[in-house]
Amino acid sequence: MAGLAAGTAALAAPRVLAQAPPHVAVVGGGFAGASASRALKRQGTDIRVTLVESKARYAACPFSNAVLAGLRDLDAQYFGYDGMKRDGIDVVAASATAIDAEARRLRLDDGSDLAFDRLILAPGIDLMLDAIPGYGASGAEVMPHAWQAGEQTALLRRQLEAMDDGGLVVIAAPANPFRCPPGPYERASLVAHYLKAHKPRSKLLILDAKDSFSKQRLFEEAWEELYPGLIEWVSLSFGGRVTEVDAATKTLTTEFGSHQAAVANVIPPQRAGAIAAAAGVADRTGWCPIDPVTFESRLRPGIHVIGDAAIAGAMPKSAFSANAQAKACAAAVATLLAGGQPAAPKLINTCYSLAAPDYGISIAGVYEPREGLLAEVAGAGGVSPLDAPADVRASEAVYAEAWFDTITGEVFG
Amino acid sequence: MATTRHRRLMRGGLALLAALWAASPHAAQRAPLPAPAGATACSGCHAPAGNGPVPGLAGRPAAEIAAAMAAFRSGERPATVMDRIAKGFSDEEARAIAEWIAAGP
Repeated sequence: MAGLAAGTAALAAPRVLAQAPPHVAVVGGGFAGASASRALKRQGTDIRVTLVESKARYAACPFSNAVLAGLRDLDAQYFGYDGMKRDGIDVVAASATAIDAEARRLRLDDGSDLAFDRLILAPGIDLMLDAIPGYGASGAEVMPHAWQAGEQTALLRRQLEAMDDGGLVVIAAPANPFRCPPGPYERASLVAHYLKAHKPRSKLLILDAKDSFSKQRLFEEAWEELYPGLIEWVSLSFGGRVTEVDAATKTLTTEFGSHQAAVANVIPPQRAGAIAAAAGVADRTGWCPIDPVTFESRLRPGIHVIGDAAIAGAMPKSAFSANAQAKACAAAVATLLAGGQPAAPKLINTCYSLAAPDYGISIAGVYEPREGLLAEVAGAGGVSPLDAPADVRASEAVYAEAWFDTITGEVFG
Repeated sequence: MATTRHRRLMRGGLALLAALWAASPHAAQRAPLPAPAGATACSGCHAPAGNGPVPGLAGRPAAEIAAAMAAFRSGERPATVMDRIAKGFSDEEARAIAEWIAAGP
């Protein structure tokens, strides 16, 4: 009997195995991970998808600068996972604590294990709070980074509202690479918009750890036009890099001197979310090298890395990039699971920034795999024109908001 | 001339690929056609319904989408970002994307 049963099982096994749908685990429910989960379900193949995300709601960073300026409710930044559940994605409210790439298993903080055929890691960024002496987790409660949206956004908004007219707002911007390259400058613009209307004697100082920034000429043109004399940008060469802070007095020290702020927004250096290092997919830079066709880790086969955590060559760390990468990665993973050879993708990024509520500017790029990285397609992409008429800026502001509505609908809706 | 031949070759390749997929024992579970390079990025801005200021693409004929991409690329049709994006795609690539969108994935 036992022999017969075993024989039947042995005969049946290959058929059962062939029919069991492959399982892809996705870690991280931001723009990258949520997009990938959905895209996998929409490949048309039978793939079981588990999304591992500890938070019940995602707080989106794009447009959170408008929240800081009082132009938008923080509630409008939150998105849940009900849409994903409706799509048949198994959403597990837990954090991944360890990943065994060889055994293809994931350890969760509730003590359970999750086996996968392939893993898509989308952990976003980790803020290196201790990289700036004097800052740290307690410093962030006084001088918010607001670089992961949510409570930090609300805190910085409250501080701006409470500040007296004539106060100095300081934004400390990090060196490259970091999440949302134009973000600190959009933030400066929209905070200036708020100050100009409500606290016109105030000043805004950007202390920068670099000598140039995304859409720089466009931002500078907008600042000259909209907020003359309000925003001052101090580059690395002119002593912009913050070397130390004192949270008690809100003092930021640079190589050239120190600045006492009424409100200080310190955006610290970043690296891939902690699970990336734990999984062995982050290199010495703190970010994750990937194959530009499949997004598979160069360090651990079977694990794909997308979004801000990945070293995506010329692609900036943006929500648009994360979404585009997620869809390309999902297609590659589905092809690999079916035993196929993924074709080289082309990716697009479009990043809008608001210099004012009715003043939008953008940068766009098209990317393809070249020499092992995602490289820009020559002759394509670039930024909005300088000296454009107001109606062009106004329409880009409209497109910016339309983009946010569309992408959050596609990803979370 | 070369372009037309190229296009025909590519269409032939896609048809062959589709036939191979259809012939697979798991055809029912398989995607109809993999998205051509770049195609899945469009929906980042273009919602299927397209009720907002950015036009939707669902239901549009392939020829219309391909012609729009060509006009954006040449600058004949003014745009804020599509002129910059369209320059990243050849006629063949734009046509493949247009056909995939028109087929309503």
